[in-house]
Amino acid sequence: MSMSNKDQESRSNLEQITIISSEHKVYLERLKKEKLKIRFIQFLILTVALILWEICADAKIVDPFITSQPSRVVKTILRLYEEGVLFHHIGITCLEAVVGFVLGTLLGTVIAIILWWSEFLCKVLEPYLVVLNSLPKIALGPIFIVWIGAGPAAIIVMTLAISLIVTVLEVLGGFLAIDEEKIKLVQTFGGTKFQVLTKVLLPASYPTLINALKINVGLSWVGVIVGEFLVSRAGLGYLIVYGGQVFKLDLVMTSVIILGVAATIMYQGVVYLEKLLVKNKM
Amino acid sequence: MDNIVEVHNVGMNYQSPNGEITALKDISFSVKEGEFVSIVGPSGCGKSTLLSIISGLISSTSGTVKISGEKVIGTSRKIGYMLQKDHLFNWRTIYQNVMLGLEIRKAVTPEAKERANELLKTYGLFEFKSKYPNQLSGGMRQRVALIRTLVTDPQILLLDEAFSALDYQTRLVVNEDIYTIIKKENKTALLVTHDIGESISMADRVVLLSKRPGTIKEIYEIKFDIDKRTPLSSRDAPEFRHFFQKIWKGLDVHV
Repeated sequence: MSMSNKDQESRSNLEQITIISSEHKVYLERLKKEKLKIRFIQFLILTVALILWEICADAKIVDPFITSQPSRVVKTILRLYEEGVLFHHIGITCLEAVVGFVLGTLLGTVIAIILWWSEFLCKVLEPYLVVLNSLPKIALGPIFIVWIGAGPAAIIVMTLAISLIVTVLEVLGGFLAIDEEKIKLVQTFGGTKFQVLTKVLLPASYPTLINALKINVGLSWVGVIVGEFLVSRAGLGYLIVYGGQVFKLDLVMTSVIILGVAATIMYQGVVYLEKLLVKNKM
Repeated sequence: MDNIVEVHNVGMNYQSPNGEITALKDISFSVKEGEFVSIVGPSGCGKSTLLSIISGLISSTSGTVKISGEKVIGTSRKIGYMLQKDHLFNWRTIYQNVMLGLEIRKAVTPEAKERANELLKTYGLFEFKSKYPNQLSGGMRQRVALIRTLVTDPQILLLDEAFSALDYQTRLVVNEDIYTIIKKENKTALLVTHDIGESISMADRVVLLSKRPGTIKEIYEIKFDIDKRTPLSSRDAPEFRHFFQKIWKGLDVHV
């Protein structure tokens, strides 16, 4: 049995990894230093911005009534906490976002699978998908309120409306981009359509699905906040609208900041999931 | 020896909105058990279509194909198909890739697993079984693809331009590897290629197809006066040039 040169090369590459030369050490140090520098500057920008904001507001260079200021934000958070409503509002918004996000992704994937399965149905529904994708879904808000009633259910439906079609198109596009020959391979072994789906389509679409998840995180927050603007009596979106109406900019700023933190945590969760799922396999 | 593959008057028409395309016309030939037959022809002459028809992936518009005397309707377990690229799945380990065909046929038995390990050992890939395809070289990947086919124990191997994605040097080595493996496992093989040299170096007979609509132009018997024939030693034999000239003339290439 002869081995090609490439075979031997890839073996010696595997062995080389364990030996670290001094040159390589220097390189690694430099990488580490650079990373630290970036982290430091990132932290510095945030700190300077917060301090400037605080000082400018204190010195009345900007009007804290309109711009609020960091100390007022902290006070607002504490006040909301003491009133026992802080986690109530955060919880409601996060719950709506997570439910909308999970439902949108699952339903979108299922619909994409159905459209892939039946090419005929896909062709029939194409113009409807185009219209639904182009339509600003926010316009449907009042319809949902009338049909479902003002409450969390309408907000979740709003979130679904915003994220569903995008997910369907994204996942279906991913399915159709998969090499036909990979599908042929499964067929040469006598594989059924269902086996093509489970053995090729779904595993090969991991990157697409993760991408859809990332897009949906953003979209589901849009849906939730729009929904809350329209109907709700609780949640961060409600606090923002209420704060704006009664000119309590402290409340608006506080809610926006909490919203930013919550959305980031959810996005990072998806990034972590991506690492877990596609670890060194792609 | 009996004929294991019999192709009888096979024709294939493709329908499209712009009209009808005749890809193959009146193809008849047979392959004996243990024989290695190459099919060459200009691009677009329907070589790959012919393989797909023999494998049962698509059905011809006329004529019949018989495998061991049985008419082909749909894919058969007697046939192993090798595609142009290895198409190893990046999300599966080498071992999991090798098991793909068995999984699809729901034939994962302890004996089959044993056989997969045995094949991986014989062909120098056992120590890579838990690695992922992107950690292997092109030649090794092609060998994994062959093992994935062999582990389902087919009697006939259909090789559809199975080496054309490899660079020239790797290709010569993989030709040698795969030829040895096929002979050792005592399989019948049908190779589709546009490389005249490759077709001569591996085959007992070369079937030459004309350009579209593909018909059989000529069938060449390839015989070398060497003891232990392999693709590389065939290329060294004095008769090689002679066969090459004949097929080249038969192909009648105009650019």
